[in-house]
Amino acid sequence: MEPLKLIFLVTGAVTLLSALMVVTARKLVHAALWLVLTLAAVSVLFVLLNAPFLAVVQVVIYIGAIAILIIFAVMLTRRSMEDTGPQTSRRWWLAGLIAVVLFAAIVLLVVSHPAVSAALPGAVPPDSVQQLGLGLVSVNAYVLPFELASVLLLAALIGASFVARPPEAAAEGGEE
Amino acid sequence: MIPLSWYLALAGALFCIGLYGVLARRNAVAILMGIELMLNAVNINLVAFWRYITPAQVSGQAFAIMVFAVAASEAAVGLALIISIYRRRTTVVAEEIDMLKW
Repeated sequence: MEPLKLIFLVTGAVTLLSALMVVTARKLVHAALWLVLTLAAVSVLFVLLNAPFLAVVQVVIYIGAIAILIIFAVMLTRRSMEDTGPQTSRRWWLAGLIAVVLFAAIVLLVVSHPAVSAALPGAVPPDSVQQLGLGLVSVNAYVLPFELASVLLLAALIGASFVARPPEAAAEGGEE
Repeated sequence: MIPLSWYLALAGALFCIGLYGVLARRNAVAILMGIELMLNAVNINLVAFWRYITPAQVSGQAFAIMVFAVAASEAAVGLALIISIYRRRTTVVAEEIDMLKW
């Protein structure tokens, strides 16, 4: 077996097992730590796909920002339902059934599609990261979605700090 | 060479695990974690298609970066909402957050 395939299989197994732990772990802090492992394994997949910039962005944004944010949220809300009561809703088996059926449908579709089985990895240009950067700010390519994404991030920043302000400040603001 | 279908099957499995998390978990923070898993699966798909179908263009990676930005803002706003609800109602259980239910 080629070493790349072996690396892929190990990474894929780590991804799926830790993702399963994310959705089944009873303690949310543990689930968040398993989420960090899943995100790290996905960044390894990006490296396997010759996308080094995305791998770095995955580590910096997902692990560095989003996972830490989730851990903070877990710690701020931890007393409410940890250790008491079921962690899954009553119809969890229905959710599992939907997920399994969807997975089977996706795999059947993917395996039977001729374009997928015939696809071979093409040559990645050596300056693909530079091309990506140029494409994101070029008027002919993706400058508009890029600027929209930055406006969205700014709106999310302002909105999040407005929504999450302490209740006293919210009450004062609400009476005006 | 790793076949493209392996990546797609892995992304599909990750997406379905995330979907199960979103549908089955009661804790709102856990639901957000499931959404992050689903967005990651989408990103794997985008990058795999970029690598195997159009490696000379930047579209696949550019889309993936947009997904990163949307995921970051979604996590920020979602967690802010959860913290705000927790302060007022002392609950993070999704089915108990029913103020908007007729």
